[in-house]
Amino acid sequence: MKKYRSMVLISSGESSKSKGSDAVVDAFHQAIEKYDLGAEVCVTTIPDSSSVKNQPLVIVYPEAVAYGPVLEENVDFLVSEHLYKGRVAEALRVSDPFEMKRISWLLQRTGTMPAENRIVLEYVGVIDPTSINDFLTHDGGQAFAAAVEMKPQKIIDIIKKSGLRGRGGAGFPTGVKWQAVRDAPGDKKYIICNADESEPGTFKDRVILEGNPFSMIEAMLIAGYACGADEGYIYIRGEYLDALEKISNALRAAREFGGLGKNILNTGFNFDIHVHSGAGAYICGEETALLESIEGKRGEPRPKPPYPTTRGLWGKPTLINNVETLGNIPPIIHNGADWFRAQGTPSSPGTKVYTILGNVNKTGLMEVPMGITLREVIGIYGKGMKSGTFKFAQTGGSSGSIIPAILQDTPMDFDSYRNVGVALGSGALLICDDSNCIVDCVRVLMRFFKVESCGKCVPCRIGTEQALDIMTAISEGRGTMEHLAQLEWLSHGMEEFSNCGLGQTAGSPIKNMLDHFRAEVEAHIKLGVCPAGVCSMGK
Amino acid sequence: MPTINSVEDLKRLREEAQKIKEMRDQAGKTQIVVGMGTIGIAAGARETLKAILTFVEEKNLPDIILRQTGNLGLSGMDPVVKVTLPNQEEVVYVKVSPNIARKIMQDHVVGGNVLTEYVFKE
Ligand SMILES: Cc1cc2nc3c(=O)[nH]c(=O)nc-3n(C[C@H](O)[C@H](O)[C@H](O)COP(=O)(O)O)c2cc1C
Ligand code: SF4
Repeated sequence: MKKYRSMVLISSGESSKSKGSDAVVDAFHQAIEKYDLGAEVCVTTIPDSSSVKNQPLVIVYPEAVAYGPVLEENVDFLVSEHLYKGRVAEALRVSDPFEMKRISWLLQRTGTMPAENRIVLEYVGVIDPTSINDFLTHDGGQAFAAAVEMKPQKIIDIIKKSGLRGRGGAGFPTGVKWQAVRDAPGDKKYIICNADESEPGTFKDRVILEGNPFSMIEAMLIAGYACGADEGYIYIRGEYLDALEKISNALRAAREFGGLGKNILNTGFNFDIHVHSGAGAYICGEETALLESIEGKRGEPRPKPPYPTTRGLWGKPTLINNVETLGNIPPIIHNGADWFRAQGTPSSPGTKVYTILGNVNKTGLMEVPMGITLREVIGIYGKGMKSGTFKFAQTGGSSGSIIPAILQDTPMDFDSYRNVGVALGSGALLICDDSNCIVDCVRVLMRFFKVESCGKCVPCRIGTEQALDIMTAISEGRGTMEHLAQLEWLSHGMEEFSNCGLGQTAGSPIKNMLDHFRAEVEAHIKLGVCPAGVCSMGK
Repeated sequence: MPTINSVEDLKRLREEAQKIKEMRDQAGKTQIVVGMGTIGIAAGARETLKAILTFVEEKNLPDIILRQTGNLGLSGMDPVVKVTLPNQEEVVYVKVSPNIARKIMQDHVVGGNVLTEYVFKE
């Protein structure tokens, strides 16, 4: 995937189209070809975002300058002035202050590029995942080569300095975790790649595993060398048959090649990796349940502490990282911590891979800098709402949050989200329009938690069941105001007293619902109607 | 497959691999790449790949390199096929059924004419 110098957004909704935006898009492509800027500038379309009089609207990043209305005959001049010579074409600029306010969300981002920026996915869809040779041609293995020439502590320092945080959901600083494993006493340590990815709607890890399986091996080798481990496991979700096959092939090839085994590269470093396939339980993605599962026991989370970093697999210090987290390691070692920090936000550097689904025009996979907003995701990558208006988004499968429309301008990074009481989750963005009912949505989530709760501890086992019963009652028109108080109590209790992350986050959708959509829930109870017309209300 | 014994080996191998790739790019070979992630396969990429293979065998085409790759991130566009003729820009075709694949092979790979109607557009 190319990195672009500039990005051009052209409004091309129904109303812009009627004013000739299609011809403008074509003219841009032609002009860019004429000035030979194809490798530096990317052109993309967005939904109508301005008032009709300024359509078709054109916005150029990274300067974040808005032009409009732009006619076909203006395009050549605009491209030659702004993109070729680098001067803002004042004559075409949107001047109306009211209009500027209206599109200010697009203009706030001066100096940044909302464009896709691939770090983890850079070689996915480029290299042949079955050929180790192709991997080597694309700089594969070079980060490991650089790493074994460093002192292990140096590697950990680089990761710490890069500010990389875990992409498995919690955002824990990766360097700190590596340090804990390195410092833990004991001479047998393990590295585990968590590829269980069972959050409904996420498939980012699968795409990475299938597209560039060798990079996982390289990252685990670097982690093993840095933390002093000599054995690793990749725990793959049972349904990911193709990923399993690609990883197994890659491991075989790496072993024959001398990249795994004893005395790798004559450095005295030993490392080997096993694959373990999951059996379909969501809870086995939780790190301690995953450990139990590898050990051949029931997948039930252990109490923490002790953390896996000190007592993990078979009681030994163990590093557990998500696939996407590990995917960031070779590029960081290769390009340095400062390069990584230059992307994303200061507290959450780098990029995030998301899967976007729901009521948007374009669903799919994207890797964007940390800190972009939901509004941008919907407008630029989702190409606008397919129907209705944006009501809420559900992040990160189920252990994420429900993000109401009023929070759509909050930067999407771990800390900004935490500050407003929601969570970024693991990378799914389910975009819902106003034909969806919040009660129905939360009821479905509660059913998921009830089914997936492992049942080990009471607050979660009973709590999820009770919450589901209450949500069902509300959706069938049997809800009372008392139920709401009970829900609050349950959500608090689950968060406070559950043993693992599943129970601790099962109450967050309830909390988000009561915080932001109370009126809608009360309409179900007091008026006996579902405003969105989704719930059966007992009829 | 050679085995590596030192960091120098690894660096040398990359250079060799890159040289081979350059030679391949200049040697007048046509490269065809099919996106074969789970999404691609579910959309029928295996059948597309098979159709291309059969075509190459039937017509006995020389100098074709057929490779697979992971998901290209063009959601809803699978199966995706990338065609690069010697010394030409890469062309990305989307929603390539076995029938379209045969057409691409006939008109583009053999005939040299890009089939614009199946090319990926944003
Ligand atoms: C119920 C539950 C399910 C989880 N599922 C996954 C998963 O599928 N993949 C994953 O990487 N982490 C999952 N996690 C998070 C892991 O416990 C762990 O925090 C993560 O793998 C750490 O990696 P990181 O530091 O690289 O983010 C889950 C957590 C919980 C509580
Ligand atoms: S919180 Fe739920 S999933 Fe976690 S250990 Fe307790 S019962 Fe099991």
